[in-house]
Amino acid sequence: MKKRKERIDRGIKVRAQDIFALTSYREMLYLLVPGAIPVVGLLCFAPMLSNYWREVIISTAIYALLAISWDMLMCAGLLSLGQSLFFGIGSYLAGSLNHYLGLPPILTIPLATIGGGLICTLLLLPVLRLRGIYFAMVTLVLPLMLSRLVEATRILGGTEGLTGLTPFPNQLTAVFLIQIVLLVTLFGFRRIKGSDYGLVITGISDNDRSVMSAGINIQWYKAQVVFLGASVGSFAGAFGTHMDMFAGMPGFALDYSIMPVAAAVVGGVGTFFGPLIGAFILVPLSEALRALGALRIVFYGLFLVIFVVGIPEGIFPYIQRKYQQVERWVDVT
Amino acid sequence: MGGRDMTAQAPLLRVSNLTKTFGGVTAVSNLDFELPEGKLLGVIGPNGSGKTTLVNLITGFTRPVAGRIEFRGRDVTGWPPHRVVGEGISRTFQMVRPFYQLPAYKNLIVPLYSPRVKKLTGGRYGDRSAVALDLLEEVGFERDAYVSYKKAGALPQGYLKRLELAKAMALRPDLIILDELFSGLSLAEVASIVPIIEKLKHQGKTIIMIEHRLKELFRIADGVLVLNYGRKIAEGLAAEVMKSPAVRDAYLGSEGD
Repeated sequence: MKKRKERIDRGIKVRAQDIFALTSYREMLYLLVPGAIPVVGLLCFAPMLSNYWREVIISTAIYALLAISWDMLMCAGLLSLGQSLFFGIGSYLAGSLNHYLGLPPILTIPLATIGGGLICTLLLLPVLRLRGIYFAMVTLVLPLMLSRLVEATRILGGTEGLTGLTPFPNQLTAVFLIQIVLLVTLFGFRRIKGSDYGLVITGISDNDRSVMSAGINIQWYKAQVVFLGASVGSFAGAFGTHMDMFAGMPGFALDYSIMPVAAAVVGGVGTFFGPLIGAFILVPLSEALRALGALRIVFYGLFLVIFVVGIPEGIFPYIQRKYQQVERWVDVT
Repeated sequence: MGGRDMTAQAPLLRVSNLTKTFGGVTAVSNLDFELPEGKLLGVIGPNGSGKTTLVNLITGFTRPVAGRIEFRGRDVTGWPPHRVVGEGISRTFQMVRPFYQLPAYKNLIVPLYSPRVKKLTGGRYGDRSAVALDLLEEVGFERDAYVSYKKAGALPQGYLKRLELAKAMALRPDLIILDELFSGLSLAEVASIVPIIEKLKHQGKTIIMIEHRLKELFRIADGVLVLNYGRKIAEGLAAEVMKSPAVRDAYLGSEGD
């Protein structure tokens, strides 16, 4: 007797659709709890942690922002292997505004966010026509080129970078700032993706000819998506700069390009929650494995492989499926 | 007032000397034709005769090597697809590729998001889902059976073709180009789509149909254009065109009668 797995939506999922959710507290809780977990988790537990783990949370949040930004680009079918471009531009922009003009972080960070978004969009504008691996190659090369440019021309402090930048008043301010931005980005991007605008964006990645024949200028929409993603990435860069009180060539490092991709793949591409979960697993894991010394990378890689092979769809889609559907084995006749 | 008379007489679409080559292959060569407003033109020809290339040229998906395409007297040659749509030309694709994971009516959200629709509705889109559901009902998605809410991936080919037609209609075009809308459909499915096209004609839309199903096409077409190796070999009323020896030779071969 052959059997196959059948998946059926849970009753509560169906009952909680549309306006009907308002009929009972149980349905409302069903809808609200998943969204409340990251909010409560991030905002309540961070102050309880030690200084060291708060640092880890901050660097995790930076990677999470880059991963969510990567996911946004992926929605429009733009495969980016150069998230460090966004990070580096934001970092140097905030650093120079602070170092040369003496602006405080409260100004440099918003300026670097918007400015970085614009600069990165302009840099990528000529290659927006490219798809898949071709676009990926260009994004991979751009940050490497820029970091060599800084080294060769010795602008912006050259290899030493810009040092002694203004730090945040205290660690708790920094933790709350980045966590609030992370949550706003997460829910904002999810809302964008769920809207009609989001349908157009995902349509470009599914079937760009169909979107073109619908009278929509896909290059313009891709540019908007790159701006959204690049702004978030630049914010991460500007924030990291003031955190470390330093802006330099490491901002263009490969870490900032690879880690977001790994986080998004482990967590689940296209969900925004996934990259967040991925980053909050991978980055603290990498910290926890520090005690292993040289073997750290081996175990880290092993964990990555286990995740990707074990849950290829990603952690978030897996959890989401369990939350929304029941599975059972039925006989195939 | 004189100007209005002029536009009434001028053809909606005028294609002159249109040529397209891919490497050494000439897909369309020195093609000339005119299409008056409100008419249905059938374009026929053997496989590889340049029919789909012609659609791609008019709608801006490829650029011609030479020649000129005028729509309402405006030169639209080499315009990108989204600008061509903005002028009022929409098309369907021979290979339908809807957004499979979305419900059928959500597929229409993308064309309803178009700047053209915004312009025509006076800056407000309204409730796109409601408009989409109405449009799908118009092309025969039974509302009582909730077909419009089913995932596009779960629909049979006949519905997908009608969904493709609805996508083109959503843009409120003046000229609709249907690229082999009937291919891969059963006789019954074709019979259910023909009245929709006739209705569009009655609404005053100008239509170009690329078609292999000649019987159904000739019943609704006002004129026929026959292509072979990218050249126009005949043009005129269906009955006359099919009598032409060149057409019989090229298109129908031995099956002529």
